[in-house]
Amino acid sequence: MKIVTKFLIGLGVLIALSPLGLLLPEHFKAGSAWGEWGAGEIRELAGYIPKGLEKLSSLWSAPIPDYAFKGWEGRSNISLCFAYILSAVIGVLVCIGIVLILGKFLSKK
Amino acid sequence: MHIPDGYLGPATCGLFYVVMLPIWTIASKIVKKTLQVKQVPMLAIGAAFSFVIMMFNVPIPAGTTGHAVGGVLVAILLGPWSACIAITVALVIQALLFGDGGITAIGANCFNMAFVLPFAGYYIYKAVSYKASVNSPRRIFAAALAGYIGINLAAFLAGVEFGLQPLLHHTASGQALYCPYGLNVAVPVMLGEHLLIFGWVEAIVTALVIKYLQKQSSELLVGSEVVK
Repeated sequence: MKIVTKFLIGLGVLIALSPLGLLLPEHFKAGSAWGEWGAGEIRELAGYIPKGLEKLSSLWSAPIPDYAFKGWEGRSNISLCFAYILSAVIGVLVCIGIVLILGKFLSKK
Repeated sequence: MHIPDGYLGPATCGLFYVVMLPIWTIASKIVKKTLQVKQVPMLAIGAAFSFVIMMFNVPIPAGTTGHAVGGVLVAILLGPWSACIAITVALVIQALLFGDGGITAIGANCFNMAFVLPFAGYYIYKAVSYKASVNSPRRIFAAALAGYIGINLAAFLAGVEFGLQPLLHHTASGQALYCPYGLNVAVPVMLGEHLLIFGWVEAIVTALVIKYLQKQSSELLVGSEVVK
C-alpha cells in the first residue's frame, strides 16, 4: 500500500475518534482552554468584561462555531458528536482542497 | 493555544501580521523552488493532520483543556517552510469556518504555531538525530524532544502575548481593555499546562508516527523533506 493511502486511512481513523476531544473534557469537567473564554465566562473569572474584548469578540461569526451547528446548544452528546465528526470531515477536506490548489502554484513544474 | 478575537489589542495583532507577511512570502518562494508535484499530496495531508489533531482536546480534570498541534511532525517530514504553509492553512480554516482562534489573531497564532513551533522542532530533531541511522531509537527520542520543546515554546509565546495586553491597553482606572491577565499569570499558566500535560501529547504523537514510519516507510525519514 502506498504511504499516502496509509496516511489517508490514518486521517479517517482520527476523524472517527475525534469526538474523544469533545467527550473527554466534558467527562472530566474541564472548562474552556485557558484564554479562550467567551465574554460571559470572562465576566465570572475577572469580574468584568474588558471593553475592547467585548467589542472585538463578536467581530467574526463563524459558520460552524466551535465545531457545532448553530442552534444545537443543549442537544444530546450523540448529536454533538455527529456535528464534531462532520466538522472534522469538512475541515480535513477543505485543508486538502486548499493545499492541492496552492500546490498548483507552489510546486516545481 | 488559539488566541481568540478580543484578547490581543490592535498593536499586537498588527505587529504579528506584519511579522508573518515576510515569513509567508519566503515560505512560498522556498516551497515553490523545492516542492515537487508528487509531494503536494503529502503537504495536503500534513495540513489536514494538523487540523484534525488539534480537535483532540485533552482535559485537565476540573480545569482546562489543550491539545497537540502536530506541527513538529509535519516539519520533520516535509521541512519547516512547508510545515509553515500547511499549519497556516489549518489555522486559517479553523479561524474562518469554526471560530477557533480569532481573525485578528491569525498573525499571532501563526507566529506561535506555524512558525516558531515547526522551526524549533525541526532543528531540535535534526540536531539530536544528527548522523543517526534511519532505524535508530535516537530518532524517536529526537522526535519526542522536538515535539515537547516546540509546543512549549509556542505556548510560552502565547503566554507572553496574552500577558502583555494589560500593560499595553487599560482604562484610566486600570481595567484591562483586552486580555485581563498579566505576564505573572498568563506565562506560568500557558507554559505550566504545556510542560505538565499537553507538551507530552505532542511528544508522544510525534514520536509514535516517527517510530511507525521507521518500520513502514523509512524513505520518508531520509532527506525527503522539501528543504533540509
